[in-house]
Amino acid sequence: MTVVSEQSRTWQGALKVVDSQRAIRFGWWYVAEYRLRNLMKWISAVIAFGIGNPVLYLASIGFGVGSLVNHHGNGLGPDGVPYLTFLAPALLATAAIQSTFEEVTFPTMHGLKWENVYYAMTATAVTPNQIATGVMVVAFLRGLFTTIIYWVVLAIAGAFHSPTALLAIPAGMIAGVSFAAVMLALTLRFIDSQNFLASIGRFVITPLFMFSGTFFPLSAIPIWLRWIGWISPLWHATDLGRVLMYGRAVPGWLVATHAIYLVVLGAVAFIIAQRQITKKMTK
Amino acid sequence: MNETPTGTDAMIVATGLRKTYDDFTAVDGIDFTVTRGESFGLLGPNGAGKSTTMRMIACTSQRTGGTLEILGRDTDHHGPWIRAHLGVVPQQDNLDRELTVTENLYIYGRYFGLGKKFINAKVEELLEFAQLTEKRDAKVDSLSGGMKRRLTIARALINEPEILMLDEPTTGLDPQARHILWDRLFRLKEMGVTLIITTHYMDEAEQLCDRLVVMDKGKFMAEGTPAGLIQQHCSREVIEVRFGSERNAEVADQIRDLAVRLEILPDRILMYTDDGERDLARMVERGLHPITSLVRRSSLEDVFLRLTGRSLVD
Amino acid sequence: MTMMRASRNQSAAADIADGVNSLPGASIYSRRATAMVERFWLAIRSSQWLMVASGFMEPLFYLGAFGYGLGSFIGNVQADSTHTVSYAAFLAPALLANSAMNGAIYESTWNVFFKMHFAKLYQGIMATSMGPLDVALGEIMACLLRGLIYAIAFMAVMLPLGLIPCWWGGLLAIPAAMFIAFGFASCGLAITSYLKSFQQMDWVQFALLPMLLFSGSFYSLDVYPTPIRILLEALPLHQGVALIRGLTLGQLDYALLGHLAYFTVMAVGGVIFATKRIEAMFLR
Repeated sequence: MTVVSEQSRTWQGALKVVDSQRAIRFGWWYVAEYRLRNLMKWISAVIAFGIGNPVLYLASIGFGVGSLVNHHGNGLGPDGVPYLTFLAPALLATAAIQSTFEEVTFPTMHGLKWENVYYAMTATAVTPNQIATGVMVVAFLRGLFTTIIYWVVLAIAGAFHSPTALLAIPAGMIAGVSFAAVMLALTLRFIDSQNFLASIGRFVITPLFMFSGTFFPLSAIPIWLRWIGWISPLWHATDLGRVLMYGRAVPGWLVATHAIYLVVLGAVAFIIAQRQITKKMTK
Repeated sequence: MNETPTGTDAMIVATGLRKTYDDFTAVDGIDFTVTRGESFGLLGPNGAGKSTTMRMIACTSQRTGGTLEILGRDTDHHGPWIRAHLGVVPQQDNLDRELTVTENLYIYGRYFGLGKKFINAKVEELLEFAQLTEKRDAKVDSLSGGMKRRLTIARALINEPEILMLDEPTTGLDPQARHILWDRLFRLKEMGVTLIITTHYMDEAEQLCDRLVVMDKGKFMAEGTPAGLIQQHCSREVIEVRFGSERNAEVADQIRDLAVRLEILPDRILMYTDDGERDLARMVERGLHPITSLVRRSSLEDVFLRLTGRSLVD
Repeated sequence: MTMMRASRNQSAAADIADGVNSLPGASIYSRRATAMVERFWLAIRSSQWLMVASGFMEPLFYLGAFGYGLGSFIGNVQADSTHTVSYAAFLAPALLANSAMNGAIYESTWNVFFKMHFAKLYQGIMATSMGPLDVALGEIMACLLRGLIYAIAFMAVMLPLGLIPCWWGGLLAIPAAMFIAFGFASCGLAITSYLKSFQQMDWVQFALLPMLLFSGSFYSLDVYPTPIRILLEALPLHQGVALIRGLTLGQLDYALLGHLAYFTVMAVGGVIFATKRIEAMFLR
């Protein structure tokens, strides 16, 4: 007795339908594709926030606080440059870091805790490592997109005084990806604890944002607080940006340290994150 | 109505009850009365209007037409008074996940304005009733599905409700958890609590309900006791035979005269008869040999499918 | 049988139900908003204490970084026509207003959004004899309780640091901060009730940014041309900053009454809207 329906006549079987070599090799890209589709749904918000953020910061802190600082320093701020010039590299690095890591934390909470999307992915040929890679790739693209918008707005505002200013974009993106990898590892590690995102925002992001030489040089805070800046990717990226954007006098060894620190931090964090996601999803 | 309720004992009286949303009619003019201590079941496929009916009884949804009185009061004008006398177990547990088991019971009592002394004593009783005494300080998230369900039921009992409303109380639970829950609900029934239950499970309806209505597209299709409904809408036995998906239709014509009613499904034929073994033997005498055959008693599920159809509704 | 009923006809609920629940207006307000405050207290006691503690730390971070760090590049600033103060003292009252707003907004947007759409908390509550106004007022009172803890703790740091020129004004600033929190909490609640997705929540966060940046917290709005300045001064956070700053400088004038009136309108309007929305969401 054989039952042959319309459906079973077209049923070829996974062995024939799926190119397993390709599925295994490009799993990370399929994850990235899913994240990109997701991102496209609110691309208008990404663009609006991307333009709105720098405009608002420049018109308020840049202009308002700038007038106070410049007034006090007879037209010049820290480093002997106008406050806007001093502030711009920090704002750019902040934007790069912020927009990149947000594209890592929320999707991971969504995928592993709120909606279990990642578990559906690993039921296919996709591996946990490829999920981590795919998410990072899209975070990089989102960060780059936002950073370029930010850079253009700053350029229009006349914040740059050096032809190397364009290089501040890659410098910021290295920090962005590096910090995103740290956040991915942290999110995976603490995903089950309550209020993780809110706590990390208040205990990690806020202090880093304020004590990384962002609004004033690191030398203005007591020596026992400067370590916050030293470990902060934001400080390293901001200092690099200042060298590139207005030629801040920084010794060569320190410039090298900035670059090496960011790359090593990102690489180590990403390896840890990969181990954690595999452990979490295969336990 | 099978039984005519005596006036004073009527807990819920609905006449011509309707609920429409814009152009969609969820409940289309239903009449029913539930008496004190009765266990009343609402059966029906998804989208039949069961949950809407439940929400109108719970005074969290306002009717569009008809009348609805609970404990002698109109639901439109006495919402808080009526809700104070109800216990509601929603389809999906909505326990307070930021609180522990005990705190969930306690704070729910406070929402009713109950005194702390009363609540604290009641909480102990309910923890025992729901077999959660050992989990009293656990966070809700750490409970199993069955425990959460029992906690939701215990929570609904904090105000010693006159009427307990259960929307699909055992959906998603394993057989052990279901049986424990049925036992607890049966005890409440013994104590005289009026139960209103919606369910997809026919065995659950047979276990718990004194009286059932089958609902479809906002209307009542049938009403009666579980046994009465089977008697009224079905034959005594059912024969299920399979001839293979391509032959079923062809065979059907040759056996139509053997059954009270015949239903041809893609994968099998259902024959409704009064004596299954006898009619199966007659079929074989005609030289028809099914691949598989099964004779069983009619169930509420047969009634349900007959009244509400076999096609998917959602 | 362990569970006994006192009598078939007199249940526990009946005693209460015949009282408050039969009063006029009971379908909106059953006079039990305090049960929500009790719930809030239980919740922070068992799971949220870290969040509460960190909410207190945030203004201190800002004070350290901006007030002292950035302040060394700014020196003294003109706080109003008669007072010249250090930048930290200029910033401190603004941070109190900011913390009142942030606490209220965080509680009434993120937390309420979560409770509405994921925890289904209000469905459970509305199944009892609580009304929509009980829920709205209860949530707002919980916000205020949290805000009060922050404000007192913050003032306890500001006063000894000598950042408050007028000490009695500093004490009055605490109830004033509650006013600000009330206004923001009730409007936040009303707005959140319209939101359906996390993306919309992001827009709300984004809309808060100009309010913070152009609030006059970090610099006087005098830097802008008059028409723009007047427009910016109408933003709610600026009203709060001006209110607290005026009090801590000991400048009692009619402008303060204007600020208070502003927040009263916000509070009353927000509560009315929020109550209507909660009723529409859970009792229709």
